Amino acid sequence: MNRREFAAGALLALALRPAAGLATPEDQAAAIRAFTGGVVPREGRVELDIPPLVENGNVVPLKVTVASPMTTADHVTAIALFNEKNPQPQVVTARFGPRAGRAELATHMRLATSQFITAVAAMSDGSFWSTRQEVIVTLAACIES
Amino acid sequence: MKWLLLLVSVAAAEPRSGALDMSRELQAMQADDSANPGMLWVQEGEALFHRAEGRAQKACADCHAGLAGVATRYPAWDEATAAPIDLAGRIQQCRAERQQAAPLARESEPLLALAAFVTRQSRGLPLAPPEDPRLAPALARGEALFRQRRGQLNLSCAQCHEERAGLRLGSALIPEGQANGYPQYRLEWQALGSLQRRLRNCMVGVRATAPAFGAAEYTEIELFLARRGAGLAVEAPAVRP
Amino acid sequence: MARVLLNLPRSAARGAVIEIRTLIMHPMESGFRPGTNGTILPRDIITRFTCDYDGEVVFQAELSSAIAANPFISFTTVATESGTLSFTWEGDDDFRQTETRAITVT
Repeated sequence: MNRREFAAGALLALALRPAAGLATPEDQAAAIRAFTGGVVPREGRVELDIPPLVENGNVVPLKVTVASPMTTADHVTAIALFNEKNPQPQVVTARFGPRAGRAELATHMRLATSQFITAVAAMSDGSFWSTRQEVIVTLAACIES
Repeated sequence: MKWLLLLVSVAAAEPRSGALDMSRELQAMQADDSANPGMLWVQEGEALFHRAEGRAQKACADCHAGLAGVATRYPAWDEATAAPIDLAGRIQQCRAERQQAAPLARESEPLLALAAFVTRQSRGLPLAPPEDPRLAPALARGEALFRQRRGQLNLSCAQCHEERAGLRLGSALIPEGQANGYPQYRLEWQALGSLQRRLRNCMVGVRATAPAFGAAEYTEIELFLARRGAGLAVEAPAVRP
Repeated sequence: MARVLLNLPRSAARGAVIEIRTLIMHPMESGFRPGTNGTILPRDIITRFTCDYDGEVVFQAELSSAIAANPFISFTTVATESGTLSFTWEGDDDFRQTETRAITVT
């Protein structure tokens, strides 16, 4: 399969995949519990910058920033990102230490459909913080076939 | 009132880059060389450009330095074949004749990379198609192809990208279909692709038979698109949804 | 070797926070998509990215199929001393690639 067929299949696959194949908000909640060890994250300290409306779910730029002094005594140890409706709830989990200087992570993710994205930060004091953003994915009218 | 009308009609005739209708985030991705995935091909192209190839063991860089503006003047008239040639075609020709190296297929990764590297050097410069009278017949054929209904959907390029540009098809905005961003990183492709690939997409999309890559029809449409978009700044490697 | 684009300063003041931006050419085949013959294409993704600063891990990320093709990862680190930053991508089918960059800290 070449690159062209690969791309051609991509959106069709997204369009045709039965809903049963996608993760659910419950899967997302379970994945977050697994990350926090059951602790319910508090709202705040985490900022998730992701476009509210995307023209194509194949490449969605995002940035997570956590308010933290990033010192040896007080820093972010991990930032994890979760989705509700991709095939799997995990997106990325990044490990940090005080040597990071800032608790920032930017990447490009995939979105199978419109959904809420949740960012969770683990702190060196054992606390967890989070925020979530809704993203609407519009469907392309013309896809390569 | 006359003045106002004149202004309106002039404004409508100005070509509009598809970049202007993208989200702020995709515009930022395109503008940021460290986040624009198309730059991976540009970097690959730079390496290839400096590599000695073929029986002549020559690198592109042995003859060519400073290619700023060159991509803005393609497709151009090719003396050897007495026909218009696009930039990828010229690279293929140079490779065969000057480097005497194995040919690079259309849409192959090395050819896309070389075209991206060369076109990147014209970024920000206006498309300046050559005023060469020898191109006139092919340009006219290109415009005719642009306006010709085709395929089972019986649609012409112009019906969407001229008459309905700025309207929506489903939730997607119909762009003018300007050619100033190629080779471009299309999110749907998750890869870099040429204008010919995009043209082929549209032809297949309207259920028409698409010519093979490198066919004269594509170059003729490319020629017309360059003329129609004259003055637009080159954005390659552009990012588009 | 996959093509890699690394963006980071060659030199920095001691204690400065530097931004590092990385792109690597990789299809990130998700493992959830049927191919043209209808069968699911096997997963082929990068699963881990690590940045070492003179041998010490300063940033690590575990990636999933939800990361876009040609993965982009951007993060920061403190310029502690002159040395070598090394970047490693690991993934399915024993994919492993390392790139290094020297940094001068003044």
